[in-house]
Amino acid sequence: MINFQYTRATDVADAVRQIAADPAAKFIAGGTNLIDLMKEDVERPSRLIDISQLPLNTVEETADGGLRIGALVPNSDLAYHPLIAQRYPMLASAILAGASAQLRNMASTGGNLLQRTRCYYFYDTATPCNKREPGSGCSAIAGLNRMHAILGASEACIATHPSDMCVALAALDAKVHVDGPAGAHAIALPDFHRLPENTPQRDTNLEPNEIVTAVELPARGFATNYTYLKIRDRLSYAFALVSVAAALELEGDTIKEARLALGGVAHKPWRDPSVEAALRGQSAGQSTFTRAADLLLHDAKGFEHNAFKIGLAPRHHPRTDPGGDRHPAVTVQ
Amino acid sequence: MTQTLTAPRPTIPAPEKIPIRLTVNGIEMQLELAPWTTLLDALRDHLDLTGTKRGCDHGQCGACTVLVDGRRINSCLTLAVMKDGTKITTIEGLATDGTLHPLQQAFIDHDAFQCGYCTPGQICSAAGLIAEGKAKSVDEIRELMSGNICRCGAYPNIVAAIQHSMAQS
Repeated sequence: MINFQYTRATDVADAVRQIAADPAAKFIAGGTNLIDLMKEDVERPSRLIDISQLPLNTVEETADGGLRIGALVPNSDLAYHPLIAQRYPMLASAILAGASAQLRNMASTGGNLLQRTRCYYFYDTATPCNKREPGSGCSAIAGLNRMHAILGASEACIATHPSDMCVALAALDAKVHVDGPAGAHAIALPDFHRLPENTPQRDTNLEPNEIVTAVELPARGFATNYTYLKIRDRLSYAFALVSVAAALELEGDTIKEARLALGGVAHKPWRDPSVEAALRGQSAGQSTFTRAADLLLHDAKGFEHNAFKIGLAPRHHPRTDPGGDRHPAVTVQ
Repeated sequence: MTQTLTAPRPTIPAPEKIPIRLTVNGIEMQLELAPWTTLLDALRDHLDLTGTKRGCDHGQCGACTVLVDGRRINSCLTLAVMKDGTKITTIEGLATDGTLHPLQQAFIDHDAFQCGYCTPGQICSAAGLIAEGKAKSVDEIRELMSGNICRCGAYPNIVAAIQHSMAQS
């Protein structure tokens, strides 16, 4: 870890001022990802601006029946918050599927959005990586790529976004509230993370001098029919090979509204509104889900070690079948 | 060669130290630390509390687990200066008046370790787990203790010790 300056932000405006004054500075909140990356010499900030004491740690109800989650609410507090457990249980499941109890106690909501890929080559400063060092090349394309993307990848980068929380937030149509020199605004969660294209060094559409202040959930929480299913190399405390956030609103057995997002397969939570549109009006059942999975994965492309994900992902979907009883987490009724 | 020997040494600025207060195991400590000092290093190297162990140093093994304001965290991924004003409990702070904490006694009674290196982290993590009150079943204990690795493989006895302590508390 390199030496760095340390300052504390007194409020959001001060945080924005401080980051604008020092382009090589970084915000720190939970620190679970940033400190790790600094120890690996991947991140080398000149200054850490401590935002952990800013008053952004509440969960509040919004006028339209949703919730506004402060950016500093720890992952564990959010997962166990009564309103999340009651109205957005898919989000609680997704958060609790990630990391360990200690890390969830430390990690913030905003930091979870901004965590970086766990691609081995991004972490290994002895190897080329376009995300770490633009223009140096991608070591994963012809290297070990078991954990890597099957959708939306580019010739510059095949990294995946590692978050579970964000997959559920994408399915729930959350919004990210940000603040910065250009003022406060909101970004729809599906538009917050980027595909790698030829600028994989940029994970998100947050500007370098902006700060995440909150995540907003709309009223619709899909608390009746939902699942977050995560397949990984061990049963706990491992990143997803493939995960699925699936939610339905049903009238009888007809699908009124559907949400489907995949994790572990792309540079961002993978959601395709046309697949959800194709599910609406259909009868909820295995054949419908299999068709949706085929559509969602139509353009999937595997590499040497991760082609198995293309077959694995659709097998998730029949497991969310209301008639299926193969997975205890399925709560479709 | 002569030139090298007489060349001026580069000026390395002295690290700017930041004063903080930590209440560690009930005792208030005043420290001046460089900002890159982790809480783990502050405990071990500055306060001589070496019960908290450095395992992976990357938040993956849980050996460095301590309680900050009652919550279990990985001290290796925490900057000490960010914990100014907090109450820290380490393995050294669990026993009271010479009597072992119930979890410490349960780990002995259930033979819940072999080499013992992960044990301080396991016990602090288990204390956090019991305070959280989310684990009811054996499977839930296993899931919510997954951030603590034991390479000796004492897991069945660790779970038994925690289960015993939970039943007592």
